[in-house]
Amino acid sequence: MSHPVAPATGDGRIRTPLPFPTAARAAVADPQLRANLHRATRTIRAKRARVVDEVPDWEALRDAGSAIKADVQRRLPELLEQFEASATAAGATVHWARDAAEACQIVVALTRAAGADEVVKVKSMATQEIELNEALEAAGIAAYETDLAELIVQFGEDTPSHILVPAIHYNRAQIREIFQRRMSDAPADLTDEPAALAEAARAHLRRRFLSARVAVSGANFAVADTGTLVVVESEGNGRMCLTLPETLISVVGVEKLLPTFTDLEVFLQLLPRSSTGERMNPYTSMWTGVTPGDGPQTVHIVLVDNGRSAVLADPVGRPALSCIRCSACLNACPVYERAGGHAYGSVYPGPIGAILSPQLTGVADNASLPYASTLCGACYDVCPVKINIPEILVHLRQQAPHPPAERATMRLLSWVMRNPRRWAAALRLGRVGAGPLGAYRERRTGARTLRRLPWPASAWTRSRDLPLPAPQTFREWWGKQ
Amino acid sequence: MSARDEILARLRTALADGPPPVQVPRRYRRVDDRADLVDTLIDRLEDYRAVVHRGLDALPRLLSGVDRLAVPTDVPADWLAGYGGQLHRDAPPLSPAALDGMDAVLTGCAVAVADTGTIILDAGPSQGRRALTLVPDRHICVVRTEQVVGLLPEALTRLDPRAPLTWISGPSATSDIELNRVEGVHGPRRLEVVLISSGA
Repeated sequence: MSHPVAPATGDGRIRTPLPFPTAARAAVADPQLRANLHRATRTIRAKRARVVDEVPDWEALRDAGSAIKADVQRRLPELLEQFEASATAAGATVHWARDAAEACQIVVALTRAAGADEVVKVKSMATQEIELNEALEAAGIAAYETDLAELIVQFGEDTPSHILVPAIHYNRAQIREIFQRRMSDAPADLTDEPAALAEAARAHLRRRFLSARVAVSGANFAVADTGTLVVVESEGNGRMCLTLPETLISVVGVEKLLPTFTDLEVFLQLLPRSSTGERMNPYTSMWTGVTPGDGPQTVHIVLVDNGRSAVLADPVGRPALSCIRCSACLNACPVYERAGGHAYGSVYPGPIGAILSPQLTGVADNASLPYASTLCGACYDVCPVKINIPEILVHLRQQAPHPPAERATMRLLSWVMRNPRRWAAALRLGRVGAGPLGAYRERRTGARTLRRLPWPASAWTRSRDLPLPAPQTFREWWGKQ
Repeated sequence: MSARDEILARLRTALADGPPPVQVPRRYRRVDDRADLVDTLIDRLEDYRAVVHRGLDALPRLLSGVDRLAVPTDVPADWLAGYGGQLHRDAPPLSPAALDGMDAVLTGCAVAVADTGTIILDAGPSQGRRALTLVPDRHICVVRTEQVVGLLPEALTRLDPRAPLTWISGPSATSDIELNRVEGVHGPRRLEVVLISSGA
């Protein structure tokens, strides 16, 4: 008889090394980065809106997607056992990893067992999360990213800044410069035309694909009733890695399960339209264990917890595990658009990262991320599986540690606001106190705002303007009418 | 305790609040009875810059410029009528390097989805193994009109989940550079679809 085991938080690249406001400061001050981000997010928002509008049953698909994921979370242990049995019966070997370090150890050991000292990689959030490339390198194994954007980021010795388009923060001229500097076989006359840059990447990776012996991938979906894994991509690098090598190792977060093969009919409609704004992504690969004579003949699946059990343990925060990594919330978010992905520290940036990362690590270790939002709700509107991100953000803010001065201020505010007479008096007092200042600012600048307050309130105005009270309140105006 | 047992125990503890059962509302469309499915498929394929041809008669012209052609072992003989170039059947299996030297590959498919412009291969008749349609730079794919369905849910009911499945929507493409869609990265840079009527 086993006794209860507590859910555990995770480790890896899901932690903000600096508080979000500090990390965001450089990005917000970089006009090139802001221009790149603005253009990219605006483009993809428009594309997504166009292809979502042409689907008459979009809301019904979202409702189904949301419910299927809630069902998965409720039945996760039994579905994982079912997945393991189906995949094993089909010829795959299933491994389990409690945390990032254990997952990396498993992949290193499997790669060595295959007699390889290099692997080709399909873009995967899970392997970034567990910092697999670093672990492979430490073990003397070279890991080659094969997705164009991941290749750019790897060459640039940078980290991804977006879930779907990791190099969204670079423009074509910057990418050309990185290729010329780092790609040994880049053409001498390489232009910054996207087609020319893609062609250079093709030539660079071709030989590697044809000779690779071990590939490492993630999976977008893992189907419990059949043991099938699904990878969704565009370039064909995924198909190359999933088809040509002898050994395939797929690192899969435990939350990626779907109960049945039929459920793919919902998610393969929701994902491409939400992520790239396409009716369907160019390539989707599905494999179930080993197919004799076709594709990898040794197939390993590493199921990873790394904090997911801790997320599951919070009934309010649990729906964060429904995320299908489409990144629609990043592209809709006014904070992401200005701060970019690096400010979030974690491999999961944007609104979903602001709820997922603190839950994976424990809120105390990522306390600034739930504040990296205006709570405008745009992320909830576009989420294909209806994750109520604002609700979870507020819930996590309540759990984060608050300084004593802030707690005292909030207690005072709560006392004032509980009583209408106290509230009206406080507003009157504020208006009278700030009245001359407001009139002065309005005469000078045309706006009743302050740029900065004296310390300690300067912490508030460092990234915001402070609006001064209006000359009269709406209630006062209404009373006079 | 093994990692497996520990993770399962953690997850069971995490669910101690006993979430209620979930009814999945499946109010989305599962069948499309549009009459113009083939026209929709063509429209969507062309939107992704695949090139569409109609009728088996288009094949000899398409193949006339192909010097080295890879085919699955069971490709129908009438698809190759009059082909004068080097024909490479995939038996014994062609090496990746050999496939890389092909000018084109000619296959059939299992299902095509009109709504999304998607062609699905399941390694069934006249499709061959996965590498065949991946490495050559040009993929010529024959789609019979009775293989065309309207919506994705209809396609899934026709597939065997245990078969290796490759879904193709247009040629290889990337949107990684300033979100511009560029056709042709690692997969076939040209996708040509030949639509033939039932029984043809």
